[in-house]
Amino acid sequence: MKKNWWKFIPLFAMAYAIPFAFLGEVSVQTILHETIRNLYFHVTMWFSMMILFIVSFVNSIRYLGSNQLLHDYRAAMYAKTALMFGFIGIFTGMVWANNTWGTPWVNDPQLNGAAITILSYLAYFILRNSVKDEQKKARLSAVYNIFAFALMFVLLGILPRINDSLHPGKGGNPGFGKYDLAPAMRTVFYLSILSWTLIGVWISQIQIRILRIQSKKQ
Amino acid sequence: MNSDIKSLFKQISILLWKETTLEFRNMNALNSVLLYVFSTVFICYQSFTSIPEISVWNALLWIIIIFSSVNAVSRTFNSEPPARQYYYYQLADPVAIISAKILYNAFFLLALSSLSFGVYSIVLGNHIPLTQLSSFMLVLSIGSIGISSLFTMVSAIASRTGNSMGLISVLGFPIMIPLLITVIRASKLIADGLSWNQYAKYVYAIGGIDLMIIALSVILFPYLWRE
Repeated sequence: MKKNWWKFIPLFAMAYAIPFAFLGEVSVQTILHETIRNLYFHVTMWFSMMILFIVSFVNSIRYLGSNQLLHDYRAAMYAKTALMFGFIGIFTGMVWANNTWGTPWVNDPQLNGAAITILSYLAYFILRNSVKDEQKKARLSAVYNIFAFALMFVLLGILPRINDSLHPGKGGNPGFGKYDLAPAMRTVFYLSILSWTLIGVWISQIQIRILRIQSKKQ
Repeated sequence: MNSDIKSLFKQISILLWKETTLEFRNMNALNSVLLYVFSTVFICYQSFTSIPEISVWNALLWIIIIFSSVNAVSRTFNSEPPARQYYYYQLADPVAIISAKILYNAFFLLALSSLSFGVYSIVLGNHIPLTQLSSFMLVLSIGSIGISSLFTMVSAIASRTGNSMGLISVLGFPIMIPLLITVIRASKLIADGLSWNQYAKYVYAIGGIDLMIIALSVILFPYLWRE
């Protein structure tokens, strides 16, 4: 119980943030209108996905330094949770795009980057499944994870800035921070990022525990 | 320290020489890659006859280059029996091994992509203005350096698993796309006859991605090698 107190944070934060997201007051923009409420789901989902991918990347580096299988389990399971968040982020983004740009998918550097990120992490799991030996699997997938993460960073961070993009915050478009968001919106936004990330950590911890039990049984 | 670097360079040059000798001693692989390029271009010629649209011409050229490069580079770590590779690993520094492989593949792909471009433009027409030819060759070279080093590293990862040929494309294509998008964008702007200022940022981006791939390969390869 002593170590589990943080699990109450997303519980209470979400109990506040989800009703606020649907009912609270928002600052209405010209094209966005009420769809700006998706800010609490889509954008926060991508923020926590990035945080979880960074955790996975750091664990891959730590595995190469220490050869402890626990770090490999962490890297794989945080990447798995982040991948799930990525899928949810893409779907919420499609709902949003359908209402503001008119179609669920446009050929945009930011959207392509998202799709390719998901593809390269799916490739990461295919690589993991194709190796039987635990240590070998861990080493190969750690190397690929570091390689893919670095290129994904280029893809999501640099390319959308030198190409034109419809997406806010890229290609000369201002991000939402530039608009006058109501102060209450900001609070809820940061609370949502925190609680989605903590929920992701929670899910990953359960998965890591399952993996450890399975490896002990063998 | 100084003598370490000297011996590293010596190892790299010996390994490079070994790669080249092996390549020319066994002409099969070289010939099959050349045949691949010629037949792909010929198939494109049969299906298109001529391509007036610049964007289609450009995309098709890069697709041909990419697939022939994957074909050429994917045999890097499979051409020799595993036992002999362990022998090399005992003799040489892993940094020297990966550097020699990357250098050799970069030279090989430079030649291969220039050849593909030559054959392609003879058969299907050339859309690059003569004044832009030097900048197009620049993009072609740094593009093939990037593709070759990325696939060298990916084939090093894949060769450690059981089924490497299938895995190379699965692992390589998703992470190659950022490079490919930038290269296609840059060469499209060059073919459109724009000035250096308008596509310089893409050239710098390709150069940056190349440096990153090479640096990561040199840092990460020693971990793959540890068995």
